[in-house]
Amino acid sequence: MGSAGVRIRIDGVSQQFAAGRHRSPTQALDGISLDVHEDEFVTLVGRSGCGKSTLLRIVAGLLKPTAGRVEIDGVAVTGPRRDVSFVFQRPALLPWRSVIENVLLPVEILGLDKQEYGRRAHDLLELVGLEGFARSSPWELSGGMQQRVALCRALVANPRILLMDEPFAALDALTREDLSLELQRIWTEYRKTILFVTHSIEEAVLLADRVAVMSPRPGRLVKIVGVDLPRPRSLGESRRSEELHRRSAELHELLFAREAA
Amino acid sequence: MRHAARLLPLLAFAGALGVWWLVKWAFGWQAFILPSPGEVAQALWRQRSFLPEHAWVTLLETLEGFLLAIVVGVALAVAIAYSRTLERSIYPLLVALNAVPKLALAPILVLWMGFGAGPKVVMVVLLCVFPIVLSTATGLKSTAPELDELIRSLTASELQAFRKVRVPAALPHVFVGLKVGISLAVIGAVIGEFVGATHGLGYVIVASGQNADTTLAFASIAVLAALSVALFYLLVALERLLIPWARHEQG
Repeated sequence: MGSAGVRIRIDGVSQQFAAGRHRSPTQALDGISLDVHEDEFVTLVGRSGCGKSTLLRIVAGLLKPTAGRVEIDGVAVTGPRRDVSFVFQRPALLPWRSVIENVLLPVEILGLDKQEYGRRAHDLLELVGLEGFARSSPWELSGGMQQRVALCRALVANPRILLMDEPFAALDALTREDLSLELQRIWTEYRKTILFVTHSIEEAVLLADRVAVMSPRPGRLVKIVGVDLPRPRSLGESRRSEELHRRSAELHELLFAREAA
Repeated sequence: MRHAARLLPLLAFAGALGVWWLVKWAFGWQAFILPSPGEVAQALWRQRSFLPEHAWVTLLETLEGFLLAIVVGVALAVAIAYSRTLERSIYPLLVALNAVPKLALAPILVLWMGFGAGPKVVMVVLLCVFPIVLSTATGLKSTAPELDELIRSLTASELQAFRKVRVPAALPHVFVGLKVGISLAVIGAVIGEFVGATHGLGYVIVASGQNADTTLAFASIAVLAALSVALFYLLVALERLLIPWARHEQG
């Protein structure tokens, strides 16, 4: 990965939210700079309120930063891009569409070939173990299954970048672990550049090539830690889990030390 | 328990009939003051070809006005939902229009449009357009924030967002307005018929009042109520058919 080119360049990004009637202006992000390389998996970890979701929305072009800029493949981001997919904390499925129709939503909006991408959509559903649910309605699925559908929707148009905003935060611990493994499998198979926001240190270490640690008020980048462990990683595997736990403990200390200071 | 829940409305209906009958018996009123439920039922049977004929006229006026109100109401709602300027200019006008006692307009409408269906249809629109505009505009503006971000992140055009997300997402709200509107629509048709008509249940009520045929008036009211209830539940059925997901949405 080291030799690969820079895919996302975050350059001195600051975000200030205007003052409301009952609150002073808040500095959500303060001078964040971070490069994410081609096919790299980077996690952003920090407490709630440290601006990590705000940063992700700026990278997605959903929000304009007050200062600084974001470049993707050397081009400044001014709005959402066709080759960038966003996965939200909630599945955000359209309840009036079946599972397969939900997965195909980006294909319709981007005006892509329905035949070709229809096959791809079915392949993706199979990949996440939902091949039997293509015609089901979202409300018939569990939370974990819904988030799998959202993941398929994010992947169907073959984006080069996946931006994920605590996608597993609303799920129970076991489902979370399943999805973490699936995401690693998808990432190894399809090779995407992923920027993944989480408040869970374990999740951050488990998934990432590099973990970017943020501190709140104002949101700053504290440290970037490389995790050089073979994949797929799982907390259950004792051989690797020891190493994972050690890394997690380090980051844990780092986050707590910042708070105490 | 579910069985009992279904029986409850029937039980309440029977209770109301009982009270009605009891009041008449206690005061010893004659039929031209207050007919008994039985007398009304007899009148319904006797007038079994006369009443449906007039009910049909009222039904057509109601439906024409209701459909027109949907067309006008949805158009206004889209304008309000998409333009702050239009919202600021049209909205107060609608509120003012809604505040006018519509009954007061009925004679003027007859003066302008004569004794045909015209003034009735307009009266229906005036009565039921407001809840339709209000609910549709609310629906179009209250797309869930995550769906809003999703559609933006997919680089959708405003038209795509409207067709694929905002309109379907607004449907549950729209149906709230339609269900309020349909009862008002029936009332609008009757008001129109009160003021100047030669047909329709509203006309029958006024005419039988003048002939002191209270029993026939009550029979007409019963048909009117049945009509209104039937239209309401038709909408409920349509809602279940068109938006089955609404009952499953959690938060």
